[in-house]
Amino acid sequence: MKGRIAYIASNTFREAVRDRVLYNLIAFALLLSGAAILVGQISIEIEKLVVINLGLTAVSLFGVVIAIFIGIGLVSKEIEKRTLYTVLSRPVRRWEFIVGKFFGLAGTLVVNTFFMAVGVFGALFYVSHKFVRADALILVALYFIILEFLIICSLSLLFSSFSSPLLSAVFAFSLFVIGSFAEDLRNFAGMAHGISRWLATGAAYLVPNFSAFNVISSIAHEQPVASQLVVQNTLYALFYATMALSGAVLIFERRDLK
Amino acid sequence: MPAIEILGLEKTYSVGFWRKHTKRALHPLHLTVEDGEIFGFLGPNGAGKTTTLKLLMGLVFPTAGSARILDHEWTDPVVKAQIGFLPEQPYFYDHLTAHELLEYYGQLSGVPAKQRKVRVDEVLHQVGLRDVRGVQLRKFSKGMLQRVGIGQAILHNPKLVFFDEPMSGLDPMGRREVRDLMEELKHKGKTVFFSTHILSDAEALCDRVAIVHKGELRGIGAIEDLTSSVQGKVEMVWQGSLVPASIKALGAEIHVSGDRVRAIIDENQQDAVIDILRRERQRLIAVIPVRTSLETYFVEKLRRSETTAGRTA
Ligand SMILES: Nc1ncnc2c1ncn2[C@@H]1O[C@H](COP(=O)(O)OP(=O)(O)OP(=O)(O)O)[C@@H](O)[C@H]1O
Ligand SMILES: [Mg+2]
Repeated sequence: MKGRIAYIASNTFREAVRDRVLYNLIAFALLLSGAAILVGQISIEIEKLVVINLGLTAVSLFGVVIAIFIGIGLVSKEIEKRTLYTVLSRPVRRWEFIVGKFFGLAGTLVVNTFFMAVGVFGALFYVSHKFVRADALILVALYFIILEFLIICSLSLLFSSFSSPLLSAVFAFSLFVIGSFAEDLRNFAGMAHGISRWLATGAAYLVPNFSAFNVISSIAHEQPVASQLVVQNTLYALFYATMALSGAVLIFERRDLK
Repeated sequence: MPAIEILGLEKTYSVGFWRKHTKRALHPLHLTVEDGEIFGFLGPNGAGKTTTLKLLMGLVFPTAGSARILDHEWTDPVVKAQIGFLPEQPYFYDHLTAHELLEYYGQLSGVPAKQRKVRVDEVLHQVGLRDVRGVQLRKFSKGMLQRVGIGQAILHNPKLVFFDEPMSGLDPMGRREVRDLMEELKHKGKTVFFSTHILSDAEALCDRVAIVHKGELRGIGAIEDLTSSVQGKVEMVWQGSLVPASIKALGAEIHVSGDRVRAIIDENQQDAVIDILRRERQRLIAVIPVRTSLETYFVEKLRRSETTAGRTA
């Protein structure tokens, strides 16, 4: 079982690499070095702020786009092209397929994020010529970004297991946007009354709470991250991804292949 | 122990945007395939052959019924390691090369790493793809993909293989090779279940065939039984071009071509004709019982069901 999941994951990773997904790194590098040079004239403090803010935001956005664009096709494309026939007629359980796909995509994103992170640290070193202890906070921000990717991967897979790539993309992007404002949504729900309060609260807690994962601007200002938040976000991401994946499995287990 | 027992599998698809309409692709099907047979599953386009195979592979779920494969429940994952499947018009991960694909499928089927290497090379050779083993599948032609499909189906040495139209897309050499391969599988004690509408392939290969039409089983049996349900006639062939008047008088149907005469007569007149030929000093070359071809049987079956269907409608 573990073997099969790993084989499926590594094939998914290999497919992403051969489809030149990692080429986005070039765009990322250009963006970052361009920005670093542009702000090179201003004072050191602001430079650092810009590089960290811009760098990490770009890491997160590039990753989200990749997660969604690969994720939405992972299941539906295989059904459409009928590549699944010769996989599922082997001793591969349907849930193993889904889980393998998830790890393959997550792995692709981790590798991608690693290279982008190297870029961010490179740019940082270029502008400030040294690293300080507070820069380690960037690692926490990157960790949160990866947690966020896990949730998005699992959601894209969930949508991919029952709808077309186009619709899945729409769903996933909307959830990403709404999730980024989850905190505002919760505040808003608190102010509503009656039945709309229940609905709004339900919706606010159902969408992934990405606002809690965004610590980019606070670490850019060298404010520390509470260790409680790290634990909380880790548990939340694992729980949310597991739920979404279970949903994907439940749907896919019952589905007739075209 | 039968290799496959289909116990009333049936499939009704819901179609249309609201899934309100239904389309019955397969009526309850009962069918048993014995261990070690080559079994042909015949039927015109849209008969339900592919649907049956997809049900057996667990790719679609039956509306009712069940099946047993190799003495296990058909959905049992244990079964999956012992069967091979060639889908119709197979398509594979096109970012992989033929070699990588087989390697991957070997992993999924649980072939141990050491054997896998040997086996992948063996199979690539067997299906004639050794020279293109390093080419990405997106650059393969239809027939080459079909060969990959056959290769992946036999890769893990399954006891039972399911081929959905194995000859489609292949050149004459390829067809010949696939026929030989199926015979070799049978020789090794494997069971082969394949769908086709090429009747000559079925006739040449199968121990038994089943005929489906509009999702219903219309006939099943050994090729000899289906085709020898004959008129009780024999074909006699002798040399020369002389047709004795006494043979004509028997009411024989006679064809003369080159220096051969072929006469089709009733079985019970066979001895009389032999006597006449001996008297006339003609050289008898052959006496062949006349069989209906599988094609005649097939067409006959479908036509008959057409008329009965018309009557009940
Ligand atoms: N996913 C589906 N949804 C609705 N109807 C379907 C579906 N798949 C197959 N059918 C219908 O089921 C019937 C049987 O189709 P099937 O593919 O099994 O035929 P077949 O015998 O394999 O034909 P062919 O020789 O052309 O491959 C057809 O009438 C087809 O229209
Ligand atoms: Mg078919």
